[in-house]
Amino acid sequence: MAANEYVVRTKGLVKIYTMGDEVLRALNGVDLDIRRGEYISIMGPSGSGKSTLFNAIGGLDRPDEGSVFINDVDMAQLDARELAYLRCHTIGYIFQSFNLIPVMTALENVMLPTVFAGTPTDEGIERAIELLNIVGLGHRLHHRPAQLSGGQQQRVAIARALANHPSIILADEPTGNLDLKTGEEIIALLRRLNKEQGVTVISATHDLKMVDVSDRIVWIRDGKIAKIEERADVEINIGQMEGEEALV
Amino acid sequence: MSAEPISQFGQSPMRVQKQIQLPFSKAWQISVRSIRIRLARSIITAGGIFLGIAFYSSVRASSLFPIGEGPEAIAEANRQTWLAVMALLVCFVGIMNSMLMSVTERFKEIGTMKCLGALDSFIVKLFFIEASLMGVVASIAGWFAGWLITVTIRLFTDGVRAFGPNFLTGSLIQMVTAVGIGTLITLVAAIPPASRVARMPPAAALRSEI
Repeated sequence: MAANEYVVRTKGLVKIYTMGDEVLRALNGVDLDIRRGEYISIMGPSGSGKSTLFNAIGGLDRPDEGSVFINDVDMAQLDARELAYLRCHTIGYIFQSFNLIPVMTALENVMLPTVFAGTPTDEGIERAIELLNIVGLGHRLHHRPAQLSGGQQQRVAIARALANHPSIILADEPTGNLDLKTGEEIIALLRRLNKEQGVTVISATHDLKMVDVSDRIVWIRDGKIAKIEERADVEINIGQMEGEEALV
Repeated sequence: MSAEPISQFGQSPMRVQKQIQLPFSKAWQISVRSIRIRLARSIITAGGIFLGIAFYSSVRASSLFPIGEGPEAIAEANRQTWLAVMALLVCFVGIMNSMLMSVTERFKEIGTMKCLGALDSFIVKLFFIEASLMGVVASIAGWFAGWLITVTIRLFTDGVRAFGPNFLTGSLIQMVTAVGIGTLITLVAAIPPASRVARMPPAAALRSEI
């Protein structure tokens, strides 16, 4: 079952943005293997290519060179309907700005992926209620995003990401719009789901609180992987963050 | 190069299933709900369509009241044609504007739906149904309002004698034209931007800010 050890693999990812005459290599040859069930943080300053990598792994944008393999399937080979299936069933997305549908209630937002998956309405509602209970919002089912705090909105987004039992949760700066304490709660929730549900969590962030819970930390800089650390190694250094501070 | 990592495990590549196509009834259901849950916003958008068509219809309804023969009548008919063309232009710009606005402000929502597994064609279907429904309903209401205003005014100023011989058929033809034009402009304004964003990579759709 060696093939199943890695849930995500990237090979020589390159993404180029051109702005006028300037050519920016947002990703400049990224090779990354992510194991099933891992909690991995992609760390780096803003503009380092974190979000570009997030988009490439999630199939939200096509890289200019290189490939992304999800469960050993090359994403570049997929047609639109297969890609939609992957986004619907295999990957759950969490964004910095939550991206909930503002006119829908928490329940309806969490249900939406089950609608696209063709789940019968009753089952979808049941699943959504179950998930909102898991993230601690069982009492806020019929509230609209505007009636919820930032932390609660992100919980709804996490519940939505889990709706179709994905094997991967991709989070792009999930704590970026939240205060310190709420951010910690969200991180703890992601970690709990990672352990309890066995879902692989890949999080792009520059929030150092993430280091504590991650199995591995990928430091990215100028579109390249600067270093990959196992958590055990980081814990030794966690007292002296100066080195990382300079990087972040 | 791209096929290597698969073969190096000595295993045939796993296949990804194709996303299911949701039936039309599901799209209809979601569209109707979408209009209803953003009712206030829908009414404002529909108001733009309504006003445009009401203006056009009120101008057109004048032709239901013939004013006899001679050069004066010809001049009046020309004036009415010119007014109708102007009214059509104003209504075109008005509907275009409100529809474009209401679709543009949902670009992010389109991007989000794509992330959750919506197919491009399904998103276009949603916006097609929504725009058609709003176009038809607002155009019928707009036609009736414009027609009613002109007919009422004529009734009070000229009395019943002013009604032309083809009043009923004329009204019916004008209704069909007004609803046709209103719905068409609504669709022309809504579908191209919606399908353009639906075809974008989700990351690009999510980035779009208004």
